[in-house]
Amino acid sequence: MKIKIVRFDINKQPQQKEFEYEVSHSRLLDALHEIKTKQDNSLTFRQGCGSGVCGSCAVRVNGVERLACKTHINEHDLVEPIKYTKVIRDLVVDLSHQEKFLNTAKAFLQEYEVNEITKKDEKAIDIQSNCILCQSCLSSCPVYEVNENFLGPYVLTRVLRYVNDKKENNITEKLASIQSNGIWDCTLCGNCTMVCPQFIDPKNDILNLRTKSYQNGYTDPNLSMNNGFDTGFGNGDFGFNPNGF
Amino acid sequence: MTDILIVGSGGAGLSAAIHAKKAGLNVLVVSKTYPTHSQTSQAQGGINAVLHENDSIKSHVDDTLKSSHHLGNHYVIQNMCENAKATIVWLDELGVPFSRDETAHIAQRKLGGASFSRACYSSDYTGLKILHTLYDTCLKESIEFLHEHMLLNFIVEDKKVIGITAFDIQSGEVKELFAKRVIVATGGYISLYNGFNTNSNATTGDGIAAALRAGAKLSNMEFIQFHPTAIKGCNVLVSESARGEGGYIVDDKGNRFIDELKPRDEVARAIYEKIQENHEVFLDVRHLGLEKINEAIPQERRLAMDFAKVKLEEELLSINPAAHYCMGGILVNENAQTTLENLYACGECAQTNVHGANRLGGNSLLEIITFGQIAALHCVNELKNSTVSYTTPSKQFLNDKMFIKEVYSFPNQIDFYAQKEFMGKIFFKNIGLFRNDLNMKAVLSKIRQWQKEFAFMGIGDKSKIFNKNLVEFIEFGNMLELSETVVISAISRCESRGAHFRSDHPFEVKDFAKNSIAYKMDGILAVDFEGN
Repeated sequence: MKIKIVRFDINKQPQQKEFEYEVSHSRLLDALHEIKTKQDNSLTFRQGCGSGVCGSCAVRVNGVERLACKTHINEHDLVEPIKYTKVIRDLVVDLSHQEKFLNTAKAFLQEYEVNEITKKDEKAIDIQSNCILCQSCLSSCPVYEVNENFLGPYVLTRVLRYVNDKKENNITEKLASIQSNGIWDCTLCGNCTMVCPQFIDPKNDILNLRTKSYQNGYTDPNLSMNNGFDTGFGNGDFGFNPNGF
Repeated sequence: MTDILIVGSGGAGLSAAIHAKKAGLNVLVVSKTYPTHSQTSQAQGGINAVLHENDSIKSHVDDTLKSSHHLGNHYVIQNMCENAKATIVWLDELGVPFSRDETAHIAQRKLGGASFSRACYSSDYTGLKILHTLYDTCLKESIEFLHEHMLLNFIVEDKKVIGITAFDIQSGEVKELFAKRVIVATGGYISLYNGFNTNSNATTGDGIAAALRAGAKLSNMEFIQFHPTAIKGCNVLVSESARGEGGYIVDDKGNRFIDELKPRDEVARAIYEKIQENHEVFLDVRHLGLEKINEAIPQERRLAMDFAKVKLEEELLSINPAAHYCMGGILVNENAQTTLENLYACGECAQTNVHGANRLGGNSLLEIITFGQIAALHCVNELKNSTVSYTTPSKQFLNDKMFIKEVYSFPNQIDFYAQKEFMGKIFFKNIGLFRNDLNMKAVLSKIRQWQKEFAFMGIGDKSKIFNKNLVEFIEFGNMLELSETVVISAISRCESRGAHFRSDHPFEVKDFAKNSIAYKMDGILAVDFEGN
């Protein structure tokens, strides 16, 4: 079977080029390994557990984000690195944004509070805490095309995981940290939900965070922008003042 | 200056980092991968602790000792088990979402070899959720990381470890990093069983090999745990719960041939024997029905679908045993100190005298978190008024820089990937579930041949940037070093004990109720046996 791989080398001209390889393995990770060890030692990709939990082998197959270890390939499939982050080499991308975003959003338990945790409480953060930080959702997110500082799906899901954690006593700071370049920038397209290998639903998590933000006094800045629109009625002054003030 | 340099960012390394940082020390974590890419993410089952009165610490200690086949150290195990509750509370308060029972207490389940239900868990993702929570905590504590920096060697001056040399994978540069204390937490060496193990490909024992080169003693390297049920072809682990819930192991005629609930080793050996006779072996859970499968083993159903395209409720899943865990590693005392001054070890790379000849399920996560803490807190005490003097550049740095430069011009006449693949095969066959003197000596001579041929191997990728070919070549060098210690230790242990089964010595021998100790003397590898 033949597959195509888009490779990148900063020291070559052109830096980016599509190559075709003949492979015998149908699992993508095995096929990549086959190319590296038997055809071209220079093919570069990250890999780890091979069982879908370490999150290191995310790539795009025919434009869709997939874990190489969990993907069976077909003839002429096109393999590319994930999007919206710098390619270091071939399928390996820069991950330095991860800690920057997680820190900005305070995606950790800030102040432990003693609280009874029930089965139901645990279930409320179960799916969200299955995230493997594979970056698939980030790569699928169209917001990055216009805003590279967008905190992004997995970071916001992680924030909700701690906001909904009854052990957390400081949700105020977390909510404050996701107002700018955060929940309101999401277009709710749902790409992230479609590509998540762990069946997490970041779109819904972002909607949840919006609700919690409303409840805590925040408003959608996109709506407040509309407040500047001139309705032709002046500043709410209808000329009618029954109290005579 | 860095107070504590931690090499490795799995559960043990991050546990050490958080404890050291909270004690006010200057901490740097250096790791070959990103923290969440670590092997810890794969631990499913749970983490043992006695939380309730109906269970007892004595019982946990006894179970662990029994599983160790008289090799575990009572004092060390007692200490770990006594502190297990505090360890769970610590993790819980960091935010680990441990599953709860109906009474809102941390839920526990029974794993093989345990007398009580004492494994705390987070659904099927205990290791993953612990690892990610530790990582989140490290970010909160502003712990400094150097990601994707591979340990090359320890810098030793006046018989003291004063730092490391590391290969920056992204830039291709060799760096030297100095610290008052070094904690190594680089994981196990199961990749010797290349293609026949359930672990990450990154588990090549780099820290253990570097420790051996620096003069540290290793111990119990021959003890490797094999898991009976890995998906054939990709060796993805199918948890013991599939059998616990009533699943069968059947041969290609559909016949059961072993009591599925016997200890892991016995089941694994029975399956291996069938496969050796050219039979295929399957996991059969069809009789449980879709509803039960979805309720009790949903993760297994998903794994079978994702990795073997098999619907468990309708089809048989082809399986084989696979190497799973290393009991051996760098010898440490009860304070996690290695035999080299200022060097500590914790996690799967350390032989802490807890697991002995076989590890009990649920004790590996407990061990890594516990000994990460022990190592860090001992460093904290030691570091009062401590200084380290060093000269830069160090001799080690210059040597390693030269070595990396030379690798680029190694002839690459012998393909090391092919040798690595072959190593996995002969290890699984001869240093696997059944071992004997003759076959192991044949493997040893092959390893010695590879060691001589190493300079004729090399790399095809000459780039400086993110050269994984070079990383894997260095890993293979470490594997060659460690494979020799595993084989010589296994040859020297003329008995069967725990996970080490010798066809030519099928019984436990009292005189061997000791730990094997491997070390280098003037470049020659020696193996002794010492009481624990």
